Amino acid sequence: MATPKEMLTDWDKVQFGAVLPAFEDPEHKKRSKFHSYNYSVADWRVEKPVFNRELCIDCDFCWVSCPDSCFIVEEVVTKRGKKQAKIVGINYNLCKGCGVCVEVCPTPIKSLLMFPEYVDNEEALKQWPKKDK
Amino acid sequence: MKKIGSLKEFACTPDRFQGGHRLCPGCAHSMIVREVVNATDDDLVISTATGCLEVCSAIYPYTSWDVSWIHVGFENAAATISGAEAMYKALSRKNKLYNEDRRVKFVAFGGDGGTYDIGFQSLSGAAERGHDFLYVCLDNENYANTGGQRSSATPLGAHTSTTPRGRVSYGKKQKKKDLTMIMAAHGCPYVATAIPSTKHWKDLATKAAKAISTVGPTFINALSPCTTEWKFKPEETTEIADLAVETCAFPLYEIEDGHKLKITYRPKVKLPIEDYLSRQGRFSHLFKPENKWIIEEWQKQVDEYWDYLQRREEAGV
Repeated sequence: MATPKEMLTDWDKVQFGAVLPAFEDPEHKKRSKFHSYNYSVADWRVEKPVFNRELCIDCDFCWVSCPDSCFIVEEVVTKRGKKQAKIVGINYNLCKGCGVCVEVCPTPIKSLLMFPEYVDNEEALKQWPKKDK
Repeated sequence: MKKIGSLKEFACTPDRFQGGHRLCPGCAHSMIVREVVNATDDDLVISTATGCLEVCSAIYPYTSWDVSWIHVGFENAAATISGAEAMYKALSRKNKLYNEDRRVKFVAFGGDGGTYDIGFQSLSGAAERGHDFLYVCLDNENYANTGGQRSSATPLGAHTSTTPRGRVSYGKKQKKKDLTMIMAAHGCPYVATAIPSTKHWKDLATKAAKAISTVGPTFINALSPCTTEWKFKPEETTEIADLAVETCAFPLYEIEDGHKLKITYRPKVKLPIEDYLSRQGRFSHLFKPENKWIIEEWQKQVDEYWDYLQRREEAGV
């Protein structure tokens, strides 16, 4: 079987039954460069979601409803020994800026907000709405 | 069958359908696909009919799938997956399996064009032959990939590029085909409807896990709101899907063994159908005074269908 590199010599030399493997090394789940995970759709968006870790309650609603699987999840084991997903951040290479995550965020002051693309993330966190006293 | 616990546990599943595909921002297709492929721990073989999902997830040389994936034509997603399943059975009979301790499950995805219209013959045949596979229909109610033509899933009065609204026409004149009931009439052991939403994520995930673990042909009809052709803002996808359930325009139910119907979600207060229609640009012409009768007709049909489902659930037939 031809390797992806051999297949991509010329457009008219694509082989029949070409296989595009998702993983270069399936054992360690090392993604090949032909996996769309390594492709960037960042230039699609006008506004970007900014994630505020301090307000997040780890409900994972954003993870389940994100169409582009761009929420980075870390596995944490709780005191009771249960597995639990903790949202760590957003992969801005994959995010298209649709805003579904902001819509579904359930916290009283949303832990995800849309900001224009040119605003720095740290700048955005400073502009976050404060709690009413 | 994978146990679907809380969302916090479910979110620990490594994604098998990755981002970086070129579906529209806010597309519900990828939400459904992610949940379905994450709802099992077994190895998967997936075939996808031509449509948005296939076109956007496999632009050469990129692929978004971490599972075995076959792309086929519009009309034969179910035929291909039944062929793959038959070959797997034959190999296992001859003890020639590559990896014997892993079980392989077969899933086919199709849009509503590839399921309701063009792919219906192969789906019907595969269901009749009784292959062990799950078919998921991503029902966005038009041919979104080719520019929004009407399909037999398009509901009454909807504006599409082949049933345009205007002085003469009010959009599509026919009502939606009830494919879920047609598949149940094939005697499939498990048939269900589902939507992508945060409120009903567990509904979809458990239905997918149940369908994948059921032996025999199973079918899930998932409503997939299309931001481009239904004409709403990308961030409203899950809201629109929720409204479809709350107004009973797309009720959530499952049918076992072709007859045991169970409604899996009952809205506490059944909202009027206007709430669902008014949020979508494709129905905006229905709110003109001369088209009011279409909304009344819609409401009548929805009420009758909801009544029918409830009576059928009570009677258990």
